[in-house]
Amino acid sequence: MSEFRYAVNVVPKPGILDPQGRAVELSLPHLNVSTVSRVRVGRRVELTVVANGEPEARAVVDGLAKELLSNPLIEVYAIDLLEATSSAVSAGAAPR
Amino acid sequence: MKIGVVTFPGSNSDVDSLNALRVAGVEAVTLWHESPDLGGVSAVILPGGFAYGDYIRAGVIARFSPVMGGIKDFATAGGHVLGICNGFQVLAESGLVPGALLRNRSLRFAGRLVYIKPERLDSPFTHAATGEPLRVPVAHGEGCYYADDATLDQLERDGQVLFRYVHEDAKVASDPDDPANPNGSLRAIAGVCNSAGNVAGLMPHPERMAEEIMGNDGGMQVIRSLVESAAAWEAAGRPIAAAKKTVGVSR
Repeated sequence: MSEFRYAVNVVPKPGILDPQGRAVELSLPHLNVSTVSRVRVGRRVELTVVANGEPEARAVVDGLAKELLSNPLIEVYAIDLLEATSSAVSAGAAPR
Repeated sequence: MKIGVVTFPGSNSDVDSLNALRVAGVEAVTLWHESPDLGGVSAVILPGGFAYGDYIRAGVIARFSPVMGGIKDFATAGGHVLGICNGFQVLAESGLVPGALLRNRSLRFAGRLVYIKPERLDSPFTHAATGEPLRVPVAHGEGCYYADDATLDQLERDGQVLFRYVHEDAKVASDPDDPANPNGSLRAIAGVCNSAGNVAGLMPHPERMAEEIMGNDGGMQVIRSLVESAAAWEAAGRPIAAAKKTVGVSR
């Protein structure tokens, strides 16, 4: 078994009004920034999965992303693998 | 006959809902979120609040609670379910009513009185309404009703829009930036129902305007509609709701 650490990045679907993104844009003039546009504010969830391989781990994350971490009606998500570590499954091996 | 009100961790309008049902003259019982057993109730209210802290998205964690399994079965069997505010968010996240509730367009928590108008008076949730605008409170940060254009067209065509935000004179607040529309909801939608007509959600709080002592008991029209529909459903032997048809008492 190995451990896989992922980041799931969830943002509003293109075309859906994002009032948080709009609020950030409205603050930009106060920072004298005029070169930034199309701000979208979402959320990032990091999690670790124990699985037999990366495809198995990713399938678990994908299921969670669809069911819980995002709402497909209004959001899109992307999954990034951050780290993969093989962990010995023997007596006395402490989980990280 | 009794009607159940679910208490999730973070529910805060469950007691108001129980009270409104009792004022309407029906036995009202609490349904605990950890049990899928609805105890033989004749209808269910999912109350307002912040179920499970509203983490990730309002309503989504509540969707996976044991009681929601029971409610899904109850709804499929034709039972009436009314989601108020956070309860609407739970129903939407569960896919029991169409659409989603986004962050308010203003980004501000909306806590004030608004006017809503029932779109139809032949639904299980509005048949006891007069059809005049109801003055009821809203209290939410994520109440901006959203569905894509095709879905909105279909909801309007099939009579699934139950309430819209209006002005005092009943003019619909269709511009999302109209102050009478407290959250920027598309097409001023304040409440919808499923295609079978037996599950409905709305953002405003009729249960908090259900007694004369509040200065206005217009919300009782919604509560009474639910109570009468539950009674009619029991009297008819708990018929299964048919899609595209309402089981309400028309008048």
